[in-house]
This record gives sequence, C-alpha cells and structure tokens, in this order.
Amino acid sequence: MLNVEALTVEYWAKRGKIRAVEDVSFSVGKAETLGIVGESGCGKSTLGLSLGLLVSYPGRITRGQIILKGKDILKLKKNELRNLRGREISYVFQDPMTSLNPVKRIGAHFVEFIQTHEPKVSSKEALERTKKFLVDVGIQPERVNDYPHQLSGGMRQRVMIALAMALNPSLIVADEPTTALDVIVQAKILDLLDALRRAYGLTLIIITHDLSLVLERSDKILVMYAGHMVEYARSLDIYSNPQHPYTQGLLSSIPNIELAEQKLEAIAGSPPDMLNLPQGCRFWPRCYRAKERCRIQEPPLVKTNAEHYVRCFAYEGAKKA
Amino acid sequence: MSQSEILKVEHLKKYFPVEKSFLEKLLTRTKSFVKAVDDVSFSIRRGEVFTLAGESGCGKTTTGKLIVRLVSPTSGKIFFNNTETTTLSTEKLRMLRRKMQIIFQDPYASFNPRMKIGDAVGHPLEIHGLAKHEQKRKKVFEMLERVDLTPPEQFADLYPHQLSGGQRQRAAIARSLILDPEFIVADEPVSMIDVSLRTTIIDLMLKLRKDLNLTYLFITHDLAIAKYISDRIAIMYLGKIVEMGDKNEIFSNPLHPYTQALLAAIPVPNPERKRKTITLRGEVPSTINIPYGCRFHPRCPNEEKICKEKEPELIEVLPNHFVACHLVEK
Repeated sequence: MLNVEALTVEYWAKRGKIRAVEDVSFSVGKAETLGIVGESGCGKSTLGLSLGLLVSYPGRITRGQIILKGKDILKLKKNELRNLRGREISYVFQDPMTSLNPVKRIGAHFVEFIQTHEPKVSSKEALERTKKFLVDVGIQPERVNDYPHQLSGGMRQRVMIALAMALNPSLIVADEPTTALDVIVQAKILDLLDALRRAYGLTLIIITHDLSLVLERSDKILVMYAGHMVEYARSLDIYSNPQHPYTQGLLSSIPNIELAEQKLEAIAGSPPDMLNLPQGCRFWPRCYRAKERCRIQEPPLVKTNAEHYVRCFAYEGAKKA
Repeated sequence: MSQSEILKVEHLKKYFPVEKSFLEKLLTRTKSFVKAVDDVSFSIRRGEVFTLAGESGCGKTTTGKLIVRLVSPTSGKIFFNNTETTTLSTEKLRMLRRKMQIIFQDPYASFNPRMKIGDAVGHPLEIHGLAKHEQKRKKVFEMLERVDLTPPEQFADLYPHQLSGGQRQRAAIARSLILDPEFIVADEPVSMIDVSLRTTIIDLMLKLRKDLNLTYLFITHDLAIAKYISDRIAIMYLGKIVEMGDKNEIFSNPLHPYTQALLAAIPVPNPERKRKTITLRGEVPSTINIPYGCRFHPRCPNEEKICKEKEPELIEVLPNHFVACHLVEK
C-alpha cells in the first residue's frame, strides 16, 4: 500500500538547518494500522505531513521516496497531487476546534470539500452524501445544519473523521486524534477509526506521544527519537522484545493499570536540541549502555528479525537494513 | 476532626453565576449557575497522597482552588489542621497559605518570563517577610538542590525560557516548598511534560513527601498516573464524588458504573490483551443543567426507576470504600 524509503525532511531555520525527519523507512499494508510514537519535537508530525506532501516552507523533503499504490508521489505534478489528497490520503488533526471553520455550518464543510474534488456533484447531492457519512461516524444527519460550536469536542472530532472519509481515501493519517479529548471519548473515537478501517479496508497511521495507545491499537509501531527512527516492528515485538534502549525506557516509564505493583523507571536526561544534536548516536547522552563508539559514530539501522529494525550498535551482528 | 487528618472538607459547594445578556435578564428572573462543585465531602490524612480524578469539567480543579482559597466557596466548610478556613480574615489566610501551596499544570505560564528562576523561587520568602539577601539565597539554593536543579548557582541565574518543561516544573515545585508547607495541592503537575520525564517528576514528588513530611492533594485526569502515585482516590463526575477508596480497592473492585467505564477506557500497554469496552450513552451533560436524581443516570448502562427520582448519597459500602449509587447500595 504505502512504502516509504529513506525519507528526509529538513527545515531551514534562522539558526541553522534542522533535520526533523532523517532516513525513515517503513511500509504499511491495506487495512493495517501503523503507530508512530515519540515525544514532542521528535519529528513525528512532520513525518505525517510529508506523506501527503503537506510540509510547507521553510521545510522541504530533501531525500527519499514515498510510494503509494506503486506511484512515487514525490514525482507527481500539481494537479495530480490534488487528486491524491483527499482521495488517497486524508488527515485528522489533534484539535477539532481549529480545523473547522466556526462561521460555516457542518454541511458546508462537506459540500465545499466534495465539490472541490468533484465539480460535477450538485450541492444537494453532496449534502445527501454528507448525511450518510455522518451516520457512519455516529452523528445524527440533522446536524449538517449545526455550527461547529454547537457540537462537543468528541462530536467535532467525529465530524473531522467523516470529512476525512468523504472521498473514500485509502489512507488516513491521524495526528494525535484524541489528545484533546477525555478518555471515554478517546476510546470511542479510536473504536470508530478501527471500525471504519475494517469496513472500508482503510490503512490507518496514528501519530501519538502515547505508547500505550498504539500498543493497544496498531499492528506495527515506529518509534522516533530526535528525527531518527530508532525502532520499527510489530506491536507484539515492541512489547515483548523492545531492543532500542529508548523504547525500553519508554515502556518502563508508562504506568499500566492492570499491574498490581509497578515500579516505573524514568529515562535520565531530556531530549536534545534539534539544532545542536550530540555527535554520534542521538540517544547516547541518555543511554544506559552507551559506549565510547556511540559518542563518535552514528549507528546504522539494522534488521534484527523478519520485521524488526533497530538503530543501535548493540545489534551490529545482525544484517544491515 | 481526628489528629491524623490534616484537611477535612464538608459539603463544599461552588456555584458560578452564568453571565446573561441584557435581553435575557429582562425576560427571565431565574438565575442559572454552573454547579462546578456540588456538595463534596472528604478528608485527607496526614502524609498521604489523595487524588481527585475525573474528566474535564468534573470540578476537580475548582475543588483544589477552593481548598487553598484561591476561590471562595458558595457554601460548605473546609478545616485545615482543625482550623476552619472559610471564615478566616485575609491576614490569617496569608498565614495559612504558608502551610498550603499549589502547583499548577502549565510550567510555562506559572513563571514571570522576566524574573530569574532564583528570584521567582525566593519570591514567596519576600512576600511573607521571612528572609532577605544572603539568607534568602541560601534557602533558594537549598530548595533548588532538593528538586535536583544542580548546580543551584547556575539555575538560579537562568530565565524561565532557558529551562526545559521538566526543569521548569521542578522549579515550580521548589517555589511551592520554600515556605516549608505541610500540604500541597498539585493540579495536573505532569500532564504537560513528556512521557519519558513524567516519572522523574512524580518520583521526585514522592521523595519530597518522605523527606519533608508533606501531604498531597493530587488532581489528575490520568487514572494510570493516579494509580501510581496515590494512596486513596476519589472519582468525580459533574461536581460530585461518585466513588472513593483505597487505590487498590478502586482499581480491583470498582463499583460505580462510571468508574468502571472510566477504567475500561484507559489504554493498556499490552497488545495481547483483549479489549473490553463499556459503552456509555451520550456525553457529559452541561453543569448548568444537571440531570435530576442520580446525575449519571442518562448515561448509565444499569439505570433503574429510582435513579431518576432520587439522588444517591456517598455511602460506605465496604470498609473505606464509598460509592454513590442506588444499585450498589442494594
């Protein structure tokens, strides 16, 4: 479905060049869910935006390939790109209040979106379609006449999901879709995304800072740290056999309510400044097993198992990816 | 109030009047209120971590602010060390605030950007006229060391923007401790901090509790963190406590249907686990129009006739386990 190869995205800031995403590769299949996790500033949102070529100035994709259904989307022309967005790739963002226009009725958002891509569809027909999408996400069809402020946060996020679904895309990128919501609403929204994925064979990419959430909900997980992918594997492998010290640290720092007694371990130090990255491995200042070499050389991404990739010298014996 | 209790809250209420337009004022006489906190009673034992947990709008933050008297209650009583604080004069209240402090969620907003960390941390000493110059410096350094902002000379000289989120929250903790308080209200102290650093802040708070004999009222929406830090937990819904008890009891034997739904909704970091969800109807109603009877009944999966007619009281159904539900009572 989607194949990303050695993707690098850079921003030109006043104080220098920031490689927000560097050398990231992964692939997701039809009806699969991929979770991208990392802390603030690790490049996870930039990675998500770059999949739909939405990274804007001063950012640029400088290297790599994004192959969606066999086509390299970096080579597409402007009008082809327009067809891609909405029809192939759709987005759901964190804050449903700022993504909807406060002076437009819910229905109008859909009509505009549908007509932009399919100019021949009449407004009436577009509204009829909208009602079907709203029912799909559990909102009464009469709500097309409401304004965004008349809906609760959870309902607004449902509307955003319905809007993302409006042109039948094959891939939805959800960037922190539930961070602004309470847990009960969060569970409902994630259940909804999961149900849509099953019903329409959607590919889902969930970007979040919450490792528990993707462990529970996705098939594969990609862990980002300071712009690098540090580990990438099936969720079960990430859970039962985390290899990168950062992944291990994250796993032991998240509380699990199902365990009776739990000792949480924090990762020492804090994430680096992206303009002033440490030499060598980006994680070494916080790593419990850092050796002399980690401070000098950048470790390569190695394949340690069928679908398990890790960026750490400790697994050097394994095949280079 | 027994000797082991540091704080006791009785029938605490806070209603905020709803602003109306001029026309609405002419047309209607009834005033409407946001019932942020609606008859809450609990007590906190010396040395424990007591957590108020619930979704946004449940009144947990307002309860915290009422306790340190940043907001005045509509009715009800608050006892701190056997003194009733609701009737104190401003001067007495100032004295009281030395003993109870609050830490807020946003470490970016709680510091004056033009004040150096050392000055900000030492500011309470000046306000209360407790220490000056050299003495103040010494005390500030001591506190910065306690929260692991070392070397203190260096951190005292930095401005808030030069610190990371985690460091800033440590500085906020240092500032709250500089007057040697006994009781700290911590309102979502880690929810804006990166996951890998949260644990260090929580562990620091737990260590300080031991070293300085502190008692915490911890306010959070995150039950997983509540489970890690607390001794006892109270779950709030629409301004009321619906369930309260020892941490392990609440998590292993939740009795109120709202607590059960809340626990089922928390993501568990284990891909092998089968997910069980309890679906609640609808969404949290507005605190202006609270449902009659049990305020949870419109969403409750087990709702019965009595739930629409009578408001359930918080009753001790098992030793130290309180629940406000008619059906559990039976």
